[in-house]
Amino acid sequence: MSRRRHSDDSDDSDGQPHKRRRTSEPSEIEERLESLICRVGEKSNSSLESNLEGLAGVLEADLPNYKSKILRILCTVARLLPEKLTVYTTLVGLLNARNYNFGGEFVEAMIRQLKECLKVNMYNEAVHLVRFLSDLVNCHVIAAPSMVAMFENFVSVTQEEDVPQVRCDWYIFAFLSSLPWVGKELYEKKDAEMDRLLSQTESYLKRRQKIHVPMLQVWTADKPHPQEEYLDCLWSQIQKLKKDRWQERHILRPYLAFDSILCEALQHNLPPFTPPPHTEDSVYPMPRVIFRMFDYTDDPEGPVMPGSHSVERFVIEENLHCIIKSHWKERKTCAAQLLSYPGNNKIPLNYHIVEVIFAELFQLPSPPHIEVMYTTLLIELCKLQPGSLPQVLAQATEMLYMRLDTMNTTCVDRFINWFSHHLSNFQFRWSWEDWSDCLTQDLEKPKPKFVREVLEKCMRLSYHQRIIDIVPASFSVLSPANPVCIYKYGDESNRSLPGYTVALCLTIAIKNKASNDEIFSILKDVPNPNQDDDDDEGFTFNPLKIEVFVQTLLHLAAKSFSHSFSALAKFHEVFKTLAESDEGKLHVLRVVYEVWKNHPQMIAVLVDKMIRTQIVDCAAVANWIFSSELAHDFTRFYIWEILHSTIRKMNKHVLKIHKELEDTKARLARQHKRRDSDDDDRSSDREDGPLEEQIERLQEKVESAQSEQKNLFLVIFQRFIMLLTEHLVRCETGGIDVFTPWYKSCIERLQQIFLQHHQIIQQYMVTFENLLFTAELDHHILAVFQQFCTVQCTSKLFMFSLLCG
Amino acid sequence: MCSGGTLSILRSDSYVDLSQYRDQHFRGTRYDQERLLRKSCTLYVGNLSFYTTEEQIHELFGKSGDIKKIIMGLDKVKKTACGFCFVEYYARGDAENAMRYINGTRLDDRIIRTDWDAGFKEGRQYGRGRSGGQVRDEYRQDYDAGRGGYGKTVQCQFYKFYRENDEPHNVVTTQKVRQE
Repeated sequence: MSRRRHSDDSDDSDGQPHKRRRTSEPSEIEERLESLICRVGEKSNSSLESNLEGLAGVLEADLPNYKSKILRILCTVARLLPEKLTVYTTLVGLLNARNYNFGGEFVEAMIRQLKECLKVNMYNEAVHLVRFLSDLVNCHVIAAPSMVAMFENFVSVTQEEDVPQVRCDWYIFAFLSSLPWVGKELYEKKDAEMDRLLSQTESYLKRRQKIHVPMLQVWTADKPHPQEEYLDCLWSQIQKLKKDRWQERHILRPYLAFDSILCEALQHNLPPFTPPPHTEDSVYPMPRVIFRMFDYTDDPEGPVMPGSHSVERFVIEENLHCIIKSHWKERKTCAAQLLSYPGNNKIPLNYHIVEVIFAELFQLPSPPHIEVMYTTLLIELCKLQPGSLPQVLAQATEMLYMRLDTMNTTCVDRFINWFSHHLSNFQFRWSWEDWSDCLTQDLEKPKPKFVREVLEKCMRLSYHQRIIDIVPASFSVLSPANPVCIYKYGDESNRSLPGYTVALCLTIAIKNKASNDEIFSILKDVPNPNQDDDDDEGFTFNPLKIEVFVQTLLHLAAKSFSHSFSALAKFHEVFKTLAESDEGKLHVLRVVYEVWKNHPQMIAVLVDKMIRTQIVDCAAVANWIFSSELAHDFTRFYIWEILHSTIRKMNKHVLKIHKELEDTKARLARQHKRRDSDDDDRSSDREDGPLEEQIERLQEKVESAQSEQKNLFLVIFQRFIMLLTEHLVRCETGGIDVFTPWYKSCIERLQQIFLQHHQIIQQYMVTFENLLFTAELDHHILAVFQQFCTVQCTSKLFMFSLLCG
Repeated sequence: MCSGGTLSILRSDSYVDLSQYRDQHFRGTRYDQERLLRKSCTLYVGNLSFYTTEEQIHELFGKSGDIKKIIMGLDKVKKTACGFCFVEYYARGDAENAMRYINGTRLDDRIIRTDWDAGFKEGRQYGRGRSGGQVRDEYRQDYDAGRGGYGKTVQCQFYKFYRENDEPHNVVTTQKVRQE
């Protein structure tokens, strides 16, 4: 017998009778309800059917007290757990059978939620809601004719005038993508109406524009798998489904087991649903291209992979994408959920998973999640399926390698990053000899280029000798250079170089912890090869001064990034002075390159630091990248990493100042509000003074930053135009083919600029059109820009087709 | 019904949660430390090889965002790398992604571990073990070629043994054999 004091709540475990109530707090109940609902359908000792039945019983009992909470939770799972759609529609079906009013309230709540989603541009979640509603038809919650009526309203959006194509696209997608679940039932009940809807859909699909497609395709070639536009693909899948008399065998339908109960239930009619009108603020999803890399021939020994136009393929891909979307933050959970996708022994699940992951990784313009997530997710999957997944991944890598010739440059960049990072987790083990075919090709061709870039990235994650050790000797031509610094004043034999003695002087001074002033005085004596007269202070552009100083300093600080950063910080004043002019900035960058051309990673971090400490500006970096000194490295990956990083820094800078301005404006508004409610005669407008001044200053700063940002893009586009025009003219006069590997690379890099930064570029379109992309431009280059504009006007999207000759 | 609500299973972000570790040398209360940890953009990175360079760390951790600073952990006596470092990002979100996707993966063939750090202060770049390296390398019994071989205590035992027995000893040193 416990010596615990006897309490009223005999089942209390802590023996404190007055602290706990008999039942738990409401929020605990809600948590428990949410947990019960979310967990149904997970691995369990009981069958799904008995779990659903049990849960329906629990919820029904809780309805009197917790109805609104249960409604909220069910609406939320409908919106956020689409991969478990049929589990929850069955649950709702069972509840509706037990409580007709609840079913009605749920349908109303869903419609409210759908309207709200559409209003705030949450279109992806809205699709899940539409699909949920349509599956409720299968559960006898919603009457089929009213669902058909909703779809009729959806499809009639295609008749609207002066709306972006992407608006109509979404409504068609919402309709078509629900049919795998409910097509059969709707067709059985309303075949004439459905035929009409399908025919209207078909005519819309025939007349809609598809210039965006080439820009979003991962490969430019159609073999072995065409990269289809997403609506075209879905249409083919639905047509095939219809031809198969709507027989669909992949989707798990728990409600079938409850048919006898559900068909006794009374159904509800959906209220008439008018699609909310298009507004200025509407932002619809971008169109997509369906990524395919596998078919049934790739796994001859396993289960057959559903064909590209089978509705099963659509459902599997949708569900796998949804799982990633749900669990992207939790890589172990994500991997486990992907691998426990039902249908494991009937479909080659590993292939589907790998294909869906690469689809996201290579998605244009950007992957849905940060790139590194996919690398780590694939590693988790390999850990969970060590006997099968690595082989599929190796097969995929091989296939991607084989198709490099037609792969979009941006996607190749991502492939390089993924593959090198992946290898670094597996001791860089790879059968490089299998790729010896690339050794006989011109080094600028995609395959050897890919291998070179991969090896360079592998080196960055390890060290030079390691890379030499892991590749066969024949691959030495593709191996990265030993990342050592090149100091031109290092050797006695360079004695005769101008500035040699000053370099020696500087070296000693810096080693003896000289100050900036001492450095200035040493540099004073360096003659200026360019000009006859220096001004008194010697602050004009003197390339030799820059050369001697930067070479020497970088050489002394070569040991590590930290050493170099310290050097930049310590002698910041000298740098700022020497690089005051635009030519100065450019020359500093040139010297950095000369010193560190074997170590692209060092160049990148130094450029980053120099921008952040305002030794150079973004425009200088852009000009430097297009300079003739860098022509040799122009197609190398690291150059574009530097350029895009530079653009991103510029963009972040503008956003930051903009935010400061908005924050200050908000502070002023709050101050006004306080004063208004204060009724204090003593406070006055004088208090606004400092804040208003600050706002004015920030306004100027924003304008100045935006001007700098516009200028950066101007420089970049200008230089692209110059470079491409030169090439085109040279080819024309020489009578040679324009489409060299260099040209393809260069054009795709230009496209990449538009693609990666389309939102910013849009702001300055008028300027670009007036200043750069004028009618006098070569048609090859102008075509790119024109496509961009045309599509932008009609659908607020920035896309353009690949150049064609 | 709002379209903004979420589910607690989807809110789960366990890789970003604070670990159990709290720096015993932290100046301030537990509460202060935890507050800083929750806002921090700085990560502690452990189980590095003594040979892992700042460049390698920059390449790997750069995959989750722009790095503000890397501070290599040093042996207090020898002033050489002793297997840990701090990585500071400009943005908290980038540090979170490192916790989600770089923690627990390999660098130099070793599974590295990241944890939130309350912020670098001068002195924290030194190991706190008696011999100058990290505490974990003081008492370690296993042989780890990337971290100086046997733990310091074990090395001392070897040394004493051979000394007493007057035999040439092959105590593993931490001398770097790999080229810089």
